[in-house]
This record gives sequence, structure tokens and C-alpha cells, in this order.
Amino acid sequence: MDWQSGRKLQQQEQTSLKVGASLRKAFDEMNGAGDGVRAPYTAVSEWLGTQKLDDLKRKLLEAETMFRRTGITFAVYGKEEAAERLIPFDIIPRIIAAAEWRRLTAGIEQRVRALNAFMYDIYHRQEIIKAGKIPEELVISNSAFVPEMMGVEPPLGIYSHIIGIDIVRTSENDFFVLEDNTRTPSGVSYMLENRETMMHMFPDLFARNRVAPVDDYPENLLKTLASVAPRNMDGEPTIALLTPGQYNSAYFEHSFLADQMGVELVEGHDLIVKDGYLQMKTTQGPRRIDVLYRRIDDDFLDPLVFRPDSILGVPGLFDLYRAGRVSIVNAPGGGIADDKAIYSYIPEIIKFYTGRAPILQNVPTYNCRKPDELKYVLDHLPELVVKEVHGSGGYGMLVGPTASKAEIEAFRQKLTSNASNYIAQPTLALSTCPTLVEAGVAPRHLDLRPFVLFGDEVRLSAGGLTRVALQAGSLVVNSSQGGGTKDTWVLQD
Amino acid sequence: MLISIGHVTRYTYALPATSSIYTLRLTPPTFEGQRILSWRVEMPDIQQALRYRDAFGNICHLVSIPRTHSEIAIIARGSVETQDKSGFVRGATEVSPTRVYRRQTDRTAPDESIADLVAGLKSPDRIDKLHELMQVIGERVTYEIGATNAHTSAVEALKDGRGVCQDHAHIFISAARLMGLPARYVSGYFVTGGDTASEAQHAWAETFIDGLGWLGFDPANQLCPTDRYVRLACGLDAASAAPITGNRRGGVDEVLDVFVEVQQQSSAQQQ
Amino acid sequence: MLGRTANDLYWLARYVERAENMARLTEVGYRIVLLPRDGDGTHEEWRSTLASAGCAQGYFSKFESLNTRDVINYLLFDFSNPSSVKSCLAAARRNGRAQRTSLTRDMWESLNSAWIEFSNIDPASISAGELPRVLDWVRSRSALYRGALLNTILRNDTFFFSQLGTFLERADNTARILDVKYYVLLPQIEMVGGGVDAVQWAAILRSVSAHRSYRWVYKENYKPWRIAEYLILNQAMPRSLRSSYDEISVALNDLANLYGARAACHDTVAATRALLANGNIDDIFQSGLHEFIEDFIIRNNRLGNEVAEAYHFNG
Repeated sequence: MDWQSGRKLQQQEQTSLKVGASLRKAFDEMNGAGDGVRAPYTAVSEWLGTQKLDDLKRKLLEAETMFRRTGITFAVYGKEEAAERLIPFDIIPRIIAAAEWRRLTAGIEQRVRALNAFMYDIYHRQEIIKAGKIPEELVISNSAFVPEMMGVEPPLGIYSHIIGIDIVRTSENDFFVLEDNTRTPSGVSYMLENRETMMHMFPDLFARNRVAPVDDYPENLLKTLASVAPRNMDGEPTIALLTPGQYNSAYFEHSFLADQMGVELVEGHDLIVKDGYLQMKTTQGPRRIDVLYRRIDDDFLDPLVFRPDSILGVPGLFDLYRAGRVSIVNAPGGGIADDKAIYSYIPEIIKFYTGRAPILQNVPTYNCRKPDELKYVLDHLPELVVKEVHGSGGYGMLVGPTASKAEIEAFRQKLTSNASNYIAQPTLALSTCPTLVEAGVAPRHLDLRPFVLFGDEVRLSAGGLTRVALQAGSLVVNSSQGGGTKDTWVLQD
Repeated sequence: MLISIGHVTRYTYALPATSSIYTLRLTPPTFEGQRILSWRVEMPDIQQALRYRDAFGNICHLVSIPRTHSEIAIIARGSVETQDKSGFVRGATEVSPTRVYRRQTDRTAPDESIADLVAGLKSPDRIDKLHELMQVIGERVTYEIGATNAHTSAVEALKDGRGVCQDHAHIFISAARLMGLPARYVSGYFVTGGDTASEAQHAWAETFIDGLGWLGFDPANQLCPTDRYVRLACGLDAASAAPITGNRRGGVDEVLDVFVEVQQQSSAQQQ
Repeated sequence: MLGRTANDLYWLARYVERAENMARLTEVGYRIVLLPRDGDGTHEEWRSTLASAGCAQGYFSKFESLNTRDVINYLLFDFSNPSSVKSCLAAARRNGRAQRTSLTRDMWESLNSAWIEFSNIDPASISAGELPRVLDWVRSRSALYRGALLNTILRNDTFFFSQLGTFLERADNTARILDVKYYVLLPQIEMVGGGVDAVQWAAILRSVSAHRSYRWVYKENYKPWRIAEYLILNQAMPRSLRSSYDEISVALNDLANLYGARAACHDTVAATRALLANGNIDDIFQSGLHEFIEDFIIRNNRLGNEVAEAYHFNG
């Protein structure tokens, strides 16, 4: 089967979808609105036309073997002993033109600066609340707000140094930010390993396209971490990456990043507070750590301050941080900036702290805690996506257009009994990209998560993690829900 | 009033701990009506302690004992001069805006029983209402040691009808926050009067009243703090205002002994 | 390097070595029970194999009698046996995964694929004829991992701790085989038939892959004291106690140079190595082979503990 018959198949599938009209018109990254191959995809489209389906499938298997041998696996929560699964990979890249990327970059940088200014303000004078731009209760009573962070002075005033911004596209010029991940975003190892695999398997494709490299990420991360070392320290800072351990779903990524940066990968029991500093227990005795890139959640960081039963963290760590003896990246309490209830105020936040309109749009969001908005949501459930305010990973959400009547009714009950726990958004016609599936090449919906770094400057590697929903018509791209990934190309001029 | 305080906390283990670490909020602050004349905290490794101020303005020490031990004694002692300010706390170092104290915690989270408590208050005046709240809590929850523990919530204590000063304070704070007022938990010392030293380690609540500032309420004793009260630390609840929070590795069968002695000093003794 | 990392690298190496030794012991035991003989000597052979493997107690707490199938399953595939090949490969991979950043890609991939392939084997599907192939496979995977280590790792503490694990485990294994079989080697006691003795002697050598090299070194038939000398004192024999201690000694000296500090373990290794370097097999037999081996095993264990202490394996 060649690429042309793949196109036919794609059309059949689309007419059979029983989804909202908007979805049927989804913008395709390769073929636009159906008016011919878009410029960034010219070379890949030509190449795809010359490939046989069996060859592509063989290449895909080859890629999977590579991933498995490397050990790039993730654990699925709640699946006993399934322990290590591969995230499905797709060999057809997602391509972003240079001009598109410039616009995204400007929008991302603006957003990252504003989010950090917001966090600084919330954990100090709270001017934005005083100005009446955000309801006080939404911050103060928010479970993501960490009162113990009040008055902490993080180096350079930065809280979230590593942010993953989930972006979706609905047309040639419309990009929306779906959510910001300001706590401990994961997935960057896939950005790097997907590229590694693609370059290994399809060197000719890279010869025919000017693809910006992404392998500067580990170095950028290291520079960012070093730039936020505690003030008044002499010499090079010692950096370590704190992982919950090898049974964590993102353990591969933790070890991968530590390895790429050449820093120690530590667990809570490797660390101790001694002589007023954070120290790791080495073969030569204790050695001081200046910057801790932690990949465990706030709750587990320090049993003296947060969950007392945590054995993953280090007792005393938070106090050291507060006293400026160690830098924690990302800072505790960053969740206040990516809280779904705060999300709808982000345009306001950007204006408040930057004085400018947001470059990247938000998805219109209904706060179910507001009675009039709740009423609208209840009246339009079949058209909306409803999310739990504190949910993540695609769990606990309703995708109206693809949900059954029973599912919709179940959500109606939940909304009625606990409205403030939910937000709702219109179902966006996420763009699609040709993807290799069992029957051939067919369009699948996708999103994009660039990983931006913020220390002494904003650093953004040209690319990100493209997540693709492998089920026809599905809009849920999360890996925990059967989503896959693609290599993401940013073309150079 | 001149008050002398001795506060000894001793942890012993049947099998030794390999290391332990403590956050101490054991240094009383100075503000209008409270002046520290002398104060010392003694424990192993206190010289290497990290000293800092937390989110609620408390002076803290982080003390790490990175070696095997089967006993730790923490001793705080000193003398404090107090004046009766009718329960008002002014001039204390504040780190967080008062609105932060509107946040309920696991221990203060209200339910219908707290809401009913608030709804039942009859006084029209806002300060009278708080006095009435203090009184109602004292009537509804009788003082009884052992009926509740350190993790008991306001709702649980109110339902049970028995508790200690910590429970009284939690219920007061929960209700005050439900009324929209910032409220906080205070741990400290209390001169019980006479020669007795019972309940010398004490806790009460403070609430912020617009235009007036922080005002203390002690539902356990049914009064606003006087010069017989020494403020030690404050926070959102008993956990964040605890004088000592510790964590250890190893250490089996912990036994905790606390001894507190608070006495009025004659001016002769002071010299 | 973290103390935990050193600990994991050390145990990773021990488990890889142990998996190989288990395969080797199983192979020898199996070879002997295949031999035609009078009566049923099968059971006794497995008893001494289990003892050499340090698995006798565990086996008998689970099974009442010695059955070839049960023994092989227990030594190779039983997760309840912490020294089975399967347990060793799982533990090796778990340690390796925890220290993924310390391993080279070649090391990790050999470890990871060894585990994935082995865990896919269905024990029930292994017929008697296929057993040697499985055992060869285990040995080849161990060799592949050692090869990856030797060829790709930097000669720093990562390498030194790996070497310590490999050779402490190897010395322990060789000593244990000698200890269990020492009665075969005792020259004073005449064993029943010369034929069986020769088989037993060959088995000892075979269990350390030394049955051919012996001939090259000694140019004579198996002699009990020669075999003991070969496995204890010979400097060239790669699984002898002497050569294991040469390697341990080098690794510990390298660590001392790297860190600029020595510890109790350095004195212990020097003393034990001197004992082996200056030892004489006649004296050893004079004062008792069993006593000598027993003493060695105690010294070897003490060295392991001192290494763990000196390099903060447990923080």
C-alpha cells in the first residue's frame, strides 16, 4: 500500500466518525484544510509517497526494539507488574515551520516570565489579589497554594525553572495553550530519544530537511540549574537530580537526564542535612549539594513540613531552602500557576505582570464554580470537554462529543454535587498529522509540549514532545491513556 | 509581669536512632507587651543550627543530629517580661499578608457542625460575637486530657465534646475563618497562678479584625490573653505552630517526656 | 560517587558472577547424574551441588526429596531461591537499572536483554536435551556483560567497585566448591572406586572451567593435592583464590589512589593475599584443608563488610 491509498483510507475513516462537525474539519499539519501539502512537509510528503507500508511497519518495529533495549519505558499506574511499557512511537515526524516556531517562542517566553512573576507575587505581597484581578479564595483556599512558601526568596526570584507548555493547533494560524505544567513536567527524554532514533533510522530524511537540533537541551538544563545556585556560594555549584526511585513511571527520564548532564542521580535516603547544608552520602563521606533538581512531588519533599510519612524526601530540606542554603528546582508551590481553576485567569495574569496582551491564546474556559457558567456547561455537556481541577494525565475527564449518554449523565451528577471541582472547555478540533496505523497512514489528533527553561535567561530547545492520540477520532493524547509520541521538527530558514 | 520559663523535652529510644532532625519554634518573639530578658535553647549540635524565620514570622532553628543516639534532650529556658494589652498583638514580625490566615487546614476544615455553631451566635457586634464564640466553645467542649490526640480535627473534637486547649483553639479558628476572618493558632506558655504548674504549656487562637489588628482568644480559659500569657509561635494550626517538629531515621519505641515550668518571678529574683 | 551507587555496582557484579557460577554448578551436577553408576548416586550428587551453591537449606525447606527436575528448577528458575539464575539476573538488572547512569550503554543493554530473554523462558519447556544450551547461554551472557564492562567503562571507581564484586564473589564460590568437595581431595582417605574419584575430581575442575587448563599446567593426571593447589594458590588460574585476590588487591589499591585514603579493608586484603602468595599446599593439607578454607571464607566475608564500611555502601 502506498501513501495515496493511505489518503483514501483516511477519508473513509473521517466520514465514519460520529463526532461533532468541528472535528471533521480538523486542520491537518501536512495537508492543511485539504488544499495541498503544506510547505514544511514538502520533502517528507514526497518521501512518504515512495515508501511501502510494509517497509514503514518494519521500521517501526525496529524503532521499538531500539527503545526497549535502551530501556526507555514508563510504568503505568494501577497496572500490577505491567511495570515497564513502551510509549508507542510514530515514525512520521511532526513538522513546524521556522516562522511558526518564532511566534510560539515569543508566546512561550512571555508566558513563562508572567507565570513566574505571578508566583513571586502570590508568595509575597499578593498585589494581583489586592488589585482584584483574581478572587482571593481561588488562591488562598487552593490546595496547590503552599502557605509555607510565603516570604521565601528563591534565587533570581524564579519558582518554575522548567515548564512544559501544552499547545494545540486548530488552524493555520490558531494555537492555543491547553495547560501549563509548572510542577515537575516530564517527557523531555522522549523529545531527545525520538530524535536520536529518527536520525539513526532515517538519516536521508535529515539530509533533505534543515531540522534544528534538540540535543542542546541537557546543556541548557545544566546552565539553567547552575544559574540558580544559592547566592554567596563560591566555586562551581554541585547539582543533583532527586528521583523517587526506579519504580517511578518517569525513572528512565530521571536517569537519562542525570546521565546527560553528568550529575548524580540521588534518592531521598542518599541525602542528609548536616552542618546546615544538604549533603549526599558518597563513597568518600558527605558532600554538599547546592542545587537539587527534584522530580518528586511537593508533598513528599520534606516530612518535617509536608507529608510526615514521606520516605522519598529529605527531612530539613525545606528549611534549608527557605534559609537559602540549597536551591530546589522547581520550587515547591509552583502548582498554583498551573492549577486548572487559575488557568482561565492566565490572560489576566499576563497582562497584569507584562503590561501586554498574551501572544498565545488560552482555550475559553468555563469555571463551574460560577453558577451562570455551570448552567451553560450543564446545558452543553455533549459539546464540551470537562476536566477535574486537580486531575492530570487525562484521568477523570469527559470528552463530550465522544462520550456515551451514560457517561454524560454520570458527569452531570458529579458537576451538580461538586461544581467547583470542575472546569469545562469547548471541544477543540485539534490538528491532525499523518500517522502510521495498522491499516496504513491516517490522520491522528495531536498536541505539542515544548520544554522551556528559565534561569539567568529563557532557554528553549527547538522542538518538544508531540503527543498523538492513536485511536481514530480520539482527542486524548496522554501516554497513560494510550497516546503515542512523534519526533518534532522545527525547520530552519 | 516577669515570667520565668523552663521547658524540657526528652526523646528516648529503646533501639537507637541513626540520625534525627528537629525544627524548633522555641524562641519567643518580642512585640508590644512581650519583651525577652533572657532566653537559651540547649541541645546537642545547637551551635551548628540553621536559624531562620518561617512563613508565619516564627524564629526557627533547624538542628540536625547526624549520628546514632538513643536520647535527645531539648531545653529552653529564660525570662520574659509581659504587659496586659487586652489580648492585642501589635508590632510582631509578620511575613505573610493576613489573608493567608483565611486558609483552612486539614485540622480546621469546617463542616455543618461548625457552620451551625457560627449561625447560632447572636451578638450583633463583631467583637462581641467572637467573645460569644469563645464562650460557646468552652461550654460545648469540656476540658479533658486524653480524649483527643495531636491529630484530632476541630470537627472531631466538637462532635466528641471533650478536648484540650489545642482542640478549643482549632474549633475557634475553624469558625472564625468560616466567618471570613483571618485566624491563627498560637502556642505558648501560661502562668496558671498559685504554685501549680499545670497546663503551663498552652495554646490559643488569634483572629484579625480590620482596623484593630490581631486579637487573642483563649477558649480553654474563657479570656483574651493577658500578661500571664507568653506567645511562642503561631501558624495555620497546631502543626505549623508546633514548638518542636522532629523526624528520625531508625529509633524504635520512642518515649517522649515533656516538662514545663512557668512561674511568676518577683522583681528581686530578676535582679 | 554515592555510597549507594558503589553498593549497587558491587552487587550488580556479584549477581552476574553468581548467575554464571550457578549455571556452571548445575551443569556439572547434571553431567554427573547422567553417568551410569551402581545404585542411585543421583541424590548424593545433587546434595553436594546444592551445598556448593549454598542452596541446600532453601531447597529442603521446599522439597522433601532430591529430584533432578526439582533441583534444576530450583537452581535456575525459582524466584523463591535468592541465588537462582533467575533471581540473580533480576537482582543484577535491578541494581543496574538503579545505576543506569553509571553503566555504559553496552553494559546496560547486555544486562537488560539478558533479563528480558531469560524471563521469557518457560521452565516447563526446557527438555533435558535443551538444558546445556540454556546453561551455555547464561555463561555467554555473563561473559558478554564482563566484556562490555572491560571494553567500555572508564577505569574509575565504577570499574573498581565492579571488580571488587566480581572477584569477591568468585573467590567465595571457588572456596565453597572446595569446601563441599574437600573430602574427595583428602589424600588420606581411600575412596571406593578410582573411577568415581576421577569423575569427582574432574567435576571440581569443570565447575570452575579448569579441567582442560589443568592438563596444560601440570602435564599429569588429576591428583587431589594438585587440584587443591591449582584452585587455591595458582596465580595464573583465573578462578583461583590467589588470582581473585590479586584482582581484589589491584582494585582496592586503585581506589586508595583515587580517593587518597586507605582503610581497614586494605590491610585485610594484603594479609589474605600474602597468605595465598606465600602458601604451600603441603602445609595447607598438614594443618587441614577444611580449616584453611573455612578461615578463608571468614576472611573473605570480613573483607566484604570492611569494603562496605570504608566506602559508605549504606550511607
